[in-house]
Amino acid sequence: MEKTVAIELRGITKTFGDVVANKNVDLDVYRGEILSILGENGSGKTTLMNMIAGIYFPDEGHIYINGEEVVIKSPKDAFAHRIGMIHQHFKLVDTFSAADNIILGEKCPKFDLKAERAKLVEAHKAENEAYENYDEAEHPGPLAYMKKPKFHSEKETKRRLALMPLTGIWKKIKFNWLAKKRADVVQDIANRFGFKIDLKKKIYDMSVSEKQTVEIIKVLYRGADILILDEPTAVLTPQEIEKLFDVLRNMKAAGKSIIIITHKLNEVMEISDRVAVLRKGEHIATVNTADTNEQQLTEMMVGKKVSLNIDRTEPHDVKNRLVVSGLSAVDPDGVKVLDNVSFEARSGEILGIAGIAGSGQRQLLEAIAGLYKVKEGSITYFDPSKDDAPVDLRSKTPVQIRDLGVRLSFVPEDRLGMGLVGNMDLIDNMMLRSYRKGFMFLDRKSPKKLAETIVEELEVVTPSTHTAVRKLSGGNVQKVLVGREIAASPSVLMAAYPVRGLDINSSYTIYNLLNDQKEKGVAVIFVGEDLDVLIELCDRILVICAGRVTGVVDGRRAIKEQIGLLMTKTSHDVDENQISIDDLHTESENDTANSEGGDAQ
Amino acid sequence: MRSVTGKPSKFDAFVDKLKKESPIHISKRVDMPAWKQWLIRLAAIVVALFICAIITVSEGGDFGGFFVQLGNANFMQLRNFIVLLQETAILLLIALAITPAFKMKFWNIGAEGQVLMGGLMCATCMFYLGGKMSNSALIVVMLIASIAGGAIWAVIPALFKAKWNTNETLFTLMLNYIAMGLISFVLTIWVRSGSGVLGVLRYGQFPRIGNQPYVLNIIIVAIITVLIWIYLRFSKHGYELSVVGESINTAKYIGISVPKVIIRTMLLSGALCGIAGWLLVGGTSYSITTNTAGGRGFTAILISWLGHFEPISMVVFSLIAAFLSKGASQVALTYHLSGSFPEIITSIFFFAIIACEFFNNYKVKFNFAHFKKSKEQGGEATTAVISDSEREDGEKGIEDTAEEHIEQPTSEGAALEGKDLEGEVTE
Amino acid sequence: MFWTFLSRSIRFSTIFLYGSTGEIITEKSGHLNLGVPGVMCIGAVGGCLGINAYLKTLGSAADMSAFGVVIIGILCALLAGALAGLLFSFFTVTLRCNQNVTGLTLTTFGAAFMKFMLGDLENSSSVVNLGTASRAFTQSMLPSEPSNWFEQLFLSYGVLVYLAIAIAIAAAIILKRTRTGLNLRAVGENPATADAAGISVGKYRYLSTILGCAIAALGGLFYIMDSLGGALEFTVDAYGWMAVALVIFSIWKPNWAILGSILFGALYIAPNYLLNLSFSEKEIIKLLPYIVTVLVLIITSIFGKRSVQPPAALGTTYFREER
Repeated sequence: MEKTVAIELRGITKTFGDVVANKNVDLDVYRGEILSILGENGSGKTTLMNMIAGIYFPDEGHIYINGEEVVIKSPKDAFAHRIGMIHQHFKLVDTFSAADNIILGEKCPKFDLKAERAKLVEAHKAENEAYENYDEAEHPGPLAYMKKPKFHSEKETKRRLALMPLTGIWKKIKFNWLAKKRADVVQDIANRFGFKIDLKKKIYDMSVSEKQTVEIIKVLYRGADILILDEPTAVLTPQEIEKLFDVLRNMKAAGKSIIIITHKLNEVMEISDRVAVLRKGEHIATVNTADTNEQQLTEMMVGKKVSLNIDRTEPHDVKNRLVVSGLSAVDPDGVKVLDNVSFEARSGEILGIAGIAGSGQRQLLEAIAGLYKVKEGSITYFDPSKDDAPVDLRSKTPVQIRDLGVRLSFVPEDRLGMGLVGNMDLIDNMMLRSYRKGFMFLDRKSPKKLAETIVEELEVVTPSTHTAVRKLSGGNVQKVLVGREIAASPSVLMAAYPVRGLDINSSYTIYNLLNDQKEKGVAVIFVGEDLDVLIELCDRILVICAGRVTGVVDGRRAIKEQIGLLMTKTSHDVDENQISIDDLHTESENDTANSEGGDAQ
Repeated sequence: MRSVTGKPSKFDAFVDKLKKESPIHISKRVDMPAWKQWLIRLAAIVVALFICAIITVSEGGDFGGFFVQLGNANFMQLRNFIVLLQETAILLLIALAITPAFKMKFWNIGAEGQVLMGGLMCATCMFYLGGKMSNSALIVVMLIASIAGGAIWAVIPALFKAKWNTNETLFTLMLNYIAMGLISFVLTIWVRSGSGVLGVLRYGQFPRIGNQPYVLNIIIVAIITVLIWIYLRFSKHGYELSVVGESINTAKYIGISVPKVIIRTMLLSGALCGIAGWLLVGGTSYSITTNTAGGRGFTAILISWLGHFEPISMVVFSLIAAFLSKGASQVALTYHLSGSFPEIITSIFFFAIIACEFFNNYKVKFNFAHFKKSKEQGGEATTAVISDSEREDGEKGIEDTAEEHIEQPTSEGAALEGKDLEGEVTE
Repeated sequence: MFWTFLSRSIRFSTIFLYGSTGEIITEKSGHLNLGVPGVMCIGAVGGCLGINAYLKTLGSAADMSAFGVVIIGILCALLAGALAGLLFSFFTVTLRCNQNVTGLTLTTFGAAFMKFMLGDLENSSSVVNLGTASRAFTQSMLPSEPSNWFEQLFLSYGVLVYLAIAIAIAAAIILKRTRTGLNLRAVGENPATADAAGISVGKYRYLSTILGCAIAALGGLFYIMDSLGGALEFTVDAYGWMAVALVIFSIWKPNWAILGSILFGALYIAPNYLLNLSFSEKEIIKLLPYIVTVLVLIITSIFGKRSVQPPAALGTTYFREER
């Protein structure tokens, strides 16, 4: 079969500050195919697609659509090239109805005066001919005159031609008018594609999956030829996924190009024709789905095993320090983000948490730190200074936790938005943890000392300790944050993606710091995305997927592919490999299946 | 690795891209040295003065005379100078009052009303308690009442903001007018004649120092300025409110109770406005009208915001504002211009300063110029492009202090080393 | 008596209605323009100077054509307001300045500008001219004094009153029932979404602010030429703040603003009609509009249905790269 290229990317590079999100990516998408973009988090999938959708502008490289080079500077340009993207974070106006969101920003079809005039002249000519050839005898009956063609005099034609611009204006006004039945038009399209949704509903009354559906209908309505979906199935039920896939297959049959960003291997296998694998911003390979298997894809996605040479000592004096059991939580939209999570973090050990980003890691750590509301379950801390007496941490505020004498340090994922204040200097950022000491006034002396120590010991590159931290590079920001958290001499240290965006040297500094803490008997919880690092660094690795624990593996014996599979499949797949994806989703919707997460341990 | 010399096509592509991109590119600026910022502001002030001088000339004034009058009005006599300082002091105090709230990103535009409520409470004490106690005791009572008045007026919107996130901008704005209405109401009770004009209240006037009025006001504001500077910079409260202003998430992360900080800060803000009311009624006019605050509540917002919430900068700005306002009155008097001339001058001054902030915060790149330059000295322009990407690598690679931020040819080697290292490890 | 009161309220409400309709259109785009009082002043300046210049070219005010005076007054006020709106949007959209600060400066400037520009006219023959010209504005379609309540209530006003109501109704319809309105609301609610949908946030903000300011400017013209009958008084800005309050009161809906402004107008002139009130009671009544506004603000924030909230992006500057 002859395949035509719909979109070509050549040498696309994009950097954010000092993080290279995409490096020299070449990619082709054909017409009438479904291409999956597969990659771990941080591999640059979304960034790459955002450049096609006009959200970002590439630093280097070219984009060709249907063989012609194009410049996509804004979403508007993307529309013009019939590219539509469904973002992971919905771009919807909450206070509007779904239908209004769908028609938002739609442009009036251009009124071509010349063509319309020509059309009118043609039509009149044709009718006049019909009039002349009309034979009344052929059409008997009393109502025949109604069918009789009309004659258009030259004067009439001229008048109509002169009034033509008014027709254009009238069409514009008519288009601009929001008729009451505007929702019906959109609803028809939705129904045609088989979506069961009431588009008159306001977005704020909708569930997440409904919002997702609205997004999809929006792009369909806009008539995109190239459709990009950023993890579209994450919030859909199995039935909805099936329907979505049907829609996508229909569109493919209609010659459209569909790009799906995903990390669910089974879906990749099910829906796509080809798979492009990205790793660390680079395009690894594009393969035909038929010629590959999940094993091979996983390997490409996570990369070959590399030796990192991180010193890993045998843990000693291991005791339970933090025990989490049956923890569940929901986000403001009512979606379960943590589902019956149970594990224990032990002193003198590094517990790794592996999983696709957004599987509940953030919520888990924040729940422990007292920042996220817990629905069910318990968090118990065993205080080493009080003979391991248990302390209940559930539903406590950070201040309460600290007042209980719990030495819990937390390096959050969002360094400058949560862990540090970007506009403040190093000293003031040190103070975030210590400022409460003393009466009324701040003590800047000890924070200054601490800042100087951290700068010296962790080799933070900064003009001075009075520099605002946002001016530092990513690695140095992270050293400041980790340094501060460690300075509190914690007994539990939680670090979320502490090496994200860091270069290799800074990363090693962080690994060493974590190892030192482990040596000191601290229970370290390390949320990471690089499986090589997790395997080299951690004593045990907890794998979570969609808010559930899918397994705990020994860091010394773990195999990358094994973790990769645990990350992308839910507990059922691990236990009984035959169950198909549909069942899985039904189960995850179902509360009775909750215990499965625990069983997997 | 990223060698460009061998690939002229890359340079062409670069030029190509520039052509296609929008002609003006605006990006956020992070590091502007303070002296440069002040230089830009100074330029803005000069431009504003120039515009004002031209207006004067167009209205029949004299270009040089405009500047002479400005100076004369403020420095001719000691009294003029004290009046200038007094005006500066009041503006500064109100700006200081707003600052903690603004730093917390609580857009309190109700200073006008808070000042008026402070003044009203002060006048109430003078009206009812005057003559019933010693003057010094009365002044203290006035102070307490004023602080209470201002603080209550400020904490009402804060409570609603903390509890229900009620829009504070519009709320405080409305409270301004309610405060004015309350004053009109009280005046109708106090002034039986119905004229609505309250005469000078005899009791509770501030003592003169060195036979000059207002000196006490100036001293009090000077002290408060230092105190607020200390509060914002060295106190825990000041620290907490700036964390809340910078990032609610960080505040929660370290366990700050955001509603508590909002309410506490607004109490302080209102109390300071109350003191301003106390100074205006007890130490300046000895009477009260709906115009006692005279729009200073709004001008102070501009001063606080333009001073980047730094008390020192705010001193400078309020001094300039007061200077211009006073000087312009003199200009208007000399050349028989409208009485509103000072306000015109000050608003032009503020427009100029607001506009110049753009150049302090954003970098504007004109692609046309860029394009031209790179064509003339192609080699150099391309190096600039490379060194950009190098800087990232450099920061990633070796912790070699000096070379990181300064684009020097030597850093290229370091960067490449860093790159190679990374490459080896990943592959 | 009651009908006279009501009709006076409606007439007086026009000044608020212009201001709040303009401000609603502006705020719907996410711009909080606190410069509206100043813009109304600038509108008054534009209108008065335009009319004055027109009458001067005629030589004698008696030669004026009523239609010409009205048209020139309206056009000049619109132009002056549009320029003020352009200034505001240039600062807030292009230069990305803080909206509150820019707006407050614009108000200070506008109020002073009015005194500065019109102060010269105050003691000259121009006042007589404006007084004459104002007859063109106050002229109702009735040949004589209104004789019954219907005429009093519906037919006794000058052209600007009808224009205000027409603009408010048109604005309500455009905001609610056209794509232009839909897009505008999207810009005010969620600029990033609007941008992603291909709507130019900057363009909408510029145009809505310029249009809003032009409409608000007519309020200043109305005040001088209709309410005051051509007399010069420099208190327009106070009414401007009332118009800002009215925006909240009418929960960002121009059709509600019509009713709201009549209520505000009634409360404002009520003291003059309630004869046996003391001065102090009158002052309390004058406070009611503001107190009611605060209550509306509080109630909508506590029990707030989503549809009565301020535009979500009100007061924020949009910069795509910060998304």
